[in-house]
Amino acid sequence: MAVLDILDLSVSYTTPRGDLKALRGVSLSVPQRRIVGIVGESGCGKSTLISAIIRLMAPNAQIRSGSIRLKGAEILELSEAQMRALRGAEISMVFQDPMQTHNPVLTVGRQMIDIQYRDKLSKTEKRKRAAGMLALVGIPDPEARLNQYPFEFSGGMRQRIAIAMALMAKPALLIADEPTTALDATLEVQIIKRLRELQEEVGCSILFISHHLGVIAELCDEVVVMYAGEVVESGSVRDVFHNPAHPYTRALLDCDPGHIKVRTRNLPTIPGNIPDLVHLPQGCIFAGRCDKRHDACAARPDMATVNPSHHAACHLIAVRETA
Amino acid sequence: MTDAGLQGPRSELGEILHHLVRDPLGLAGLIIVTVIVASAAFAPWIAPYDPIALNVPDRLQGPGGAHLLGTDQLGRDTFSRVIWGGRVALQVALPTIGGAIFFGLLLGMIAGYGPRWLDSLIVLLFDTVRSFPTVMFALAVVALVGPSLNTVIIVIMATSIPTYGRVVRTLTQSLREAEFISAERSLGASTARIMSVHILPNVLGPLVVLAAMDIPTVVGLEAGLSFLGMGVKPPTPSWGSLLNDGYNLIRNTPWLIVAGGMPLILTTIGFTFLGEALRDVVDPKLRGKGGK
Amino acid sequence: MSTLLQIRDVRVRFRVRGGIFSSAGSIDAVSGVSLKIEEGTTCGIVGESGSGKTTLARAVAGLHHATSGSILYRGQELRDLPEAEFRKLRREIVMMFQDPIGSLSPRLSIKSLITEPFRIQGIKGRDLDAEAKRLLAMVGLPPEFAARYPYQISGGQARRVGVARALALDPKLLIADEPTAGLDVSIQGEMLNLLARLQDELGLAIMIITHNLSVVRHITDRVGIMYLGKLVEEGETETVFARPQHPYTLALLAANPEADPDAQLMRVELKGEPPSILRRPDGCEFHTRCPFAQPKCAAEVPAWEVSGEAAHRCHFPASWAQSEGRTA
Repeated sequence: MAVLDILDLSVSYTTPRGDLKALRGVSLSVPQRRIVGIVGESGCGKSTLISAIIRLMAPNAQIRSGSIRLKGAEILELSEAQMRALRGAEISMVFQDPMQTHNPVLTVGRQMIDIQYRDKLSKTEKRKRAAGMLALVGIPDPEARLNQYPFEFSGGMRQRIAIAMALMAKPALLIADEPTTALDATLEVQIIKRLRELQEEVGCSILFISHHLGVIAELCDEVVVMYAGEVVESGSVRDVFHNPAHPYTRALLDCDPGHIKVRTRNLPTIPGNIPDLVHLPQGCIFAGRCDKRHDACAARPDMATVNPSHHAACHLIAVRETA
Repeated sequence: MTDAGLQGPRSELGEILHHLVRDPLGLAGLIIVTVIVASAAFAPWIAPYDPIALNVPDRLQGPGGAHLLGTDQLGRDTFSRVIWGGRVALQVALPTIGGAIFFGLLLGMIAGYGPRWLDSLIVLLFDTVRSFPTVMFALAVVALVGPSLNTVIIVIMATSIPTYGRVVRTLTQSLREAEFISAERSLGASTARIMSVHILPNVLGPLVVLAAMDIPTVVGLEAGLSFLGMGVKPPTPSWGSLLNDGYNLIRNTPWLIVAGGMPLILTTIGFTFLGEALRDVVDPKLRGKGGK
Repeated sequence: MSTLLQIRDVRVRFRVRGGIFSSAGSIDAVSGVSLKIEEGTTCGIVGESGSGKTTLARAVAGLHHATSGSILYRGQELRDLPEAEFRKLRREIVMMFQDPIGSLSPRLSIKSLITEPFRIQGIKGRDLDAEAKRLLAMVGLPPEFAARYPYQISGGQARRVGVARALALDPKLLIADEPTAGLDVSIQGEMLNLLARLQDELGLAIMIITHNLSVVRHITDRVGIMYLGKLVEEGETETVFARPQHPYTLALLAANPEADPDAQLMRVELKGEPPSILRRPDGCEFHTRCPFAQPKCAAEVPAWEVSGEAAHRCHFPASWAQSEGRTA
């Protein structure tokens, strides 16, 4: 049984210009003890997706259809009180900006003890647990550090503390929303490695959002590629990165600076912009920017199977299958 | 961000009005303020009687008939006095606040953008002036110089400058570190140019909001001084002097107090609502409307 | 090709006021940097937070005062040059800022913004409308943009406006501070291609500041790696990429791996966090994080060694190659 099962989720925002269809028919699943990455650029809907999972959505957001199951149980029907019971316990999150994650006027120790409010332990035991988590994420001298304030830590350390806090309750699912984007690349290396180790130790699943393809390739077992509110490709990391089936994925990989080995003054790009999500174009969402566009693309493609663990929404795959 | 989502810019005023009309309180404020300002501007044509014309035989009448709000102890039409009183109130408020804005901008921008020693000096000046209780200060000056419209204007302006100056100074300080100021400096823009073209327009917004909210205070101050007999000289009508007369004649007619008090209340409500609504319009604009 | 910009041993020092938690002192954000940019070439300065790269760029652009050293532009000393004199050079030395929308004055239209240089430099008699259209076309934006305001355009478009503004008076040196930060991968190429094209068409020299080494590879002729305010390695781009000598360069290269799950990653993991610039480590300042550090590194400051078209500052350059028996 998967930890998280999202089926056909559609979310829209009500705006003065009309209905902004931020997510359309999104399906993905996070198996137990696996790390699933979501890759996408601005406007792909990954923020909306996460906000729908933890149900902390903007006031003008509406879930039009679909289902989200956590360990088999439907969570879209849960009340706010029930969701609150889940957040921080079954599902926890690490956010992008380490500078704004913590309450600046409380010590780190106080915050780490506070979030254990659900557990019936003595304060000393909670403190010990907090210190243990800090040590686990690689913060030296954790006992003393518990008495310090967030401003006394660097960005990288704050992010580690955020991870420690997120994993303390041993959640079933950790959602990491671009946790290393705001950090230097060399720090990112350290944190990714630590995250991998922690995931194995705690035994949770991770949903890892990033636009950094190299990090996804290294950390994740599976990857989901999103474009303008839809899932365009999903599969094991090996399949998707070695054998990208969707033209968008292929173009994205081509654009990755780390990928381009030969020095060139004419770097590849994907020309054009994402389509207007209020007045959606007909047919395939990527057709407007796709170099393999043809007549069939006027109709929306279904998710085609490249192999049992690799799917992509492109007419060309279906063609290959029937051929 | 797709191009499809971007509209051409409305005019600044159009933008503001558009938002004000949506907000019920803002709309109410706008209407009230318009009524007050219009009646003050068109007082000579709207007021049914000459406000200082005596008509003793008709004194202390209640509302009705020839006199909408009755008459005062000298037979003067109360309604006309209210309208002309509004003119006086705005005649005090506008130059006062105008002057406070002008000097507040000047001193505030210099303090915020200039060298630290100048900043300290100006702040010292501000704090000194602010430490005087305004009404006491006004009374002292009036006692020395004698009551008159101009005296009231100058005194209130002088005591208001620090408030505006401080706001401008804080805004200027934060803008000074903004990336676009660095960009302009890198192009070689002079300090004068940076202050006038790049800082001033961005400071004006919050300042206008402050001014709108400040008008009731200034009007109230003028009324207070006139109530004490230290403001405008009789027989010039003022809401404050109406209140004073009403206070003395409360047993004869309650209408004078109503006539003096209601406009003050309406002015406060109107300008406060307008100011709050303006603040909501100005704030998001400062932060920029880009993004999702 | 003549030398356009020559930076010699530049130091930028800031005084830090004491507070409740820290003592007063001074920090050297840039602590002795020397490099050269030839006409029409591109130089990349790469470093992470605290490296001093942005401070260096701003010092060259005349926004920070360089405490010591020399910054020669076409032989003229820029350090301590009075603003009245510097202003004349601001036609030739221009800067593009990191925050694309924040670097545009919010109340001015795009047209006003990109023609600011004409007004500031007191250039009369030009048709500013036509100039605005010309500059917008140069950066690939449609002429309608002239009437828009900064809050109505996207970050990528705002970056291009920043470029257009910088190009207004036909500059010779463009300092680009993180031109691709925050841009989606699929459009990063657009900005870099634009800069390359402008260089070819206008003979522009470019100084690119970035933390992303892979971006720098394609567009620069030379690259310098900064750490804690000093250059640790510098040289021709291809040489530095093919044969990095300093461990930090290697770490940066390894931190931006290819999207290949099977790639054998030359994982250089740095220890700990960057040290505080208030308390610089002894000896080689990188030794606290260096996975190849030896006792000598904590004691002695390594000298700047030039070898061919590259230079570095390390006691044991490319030590990984020797220990693992293969070239990096």
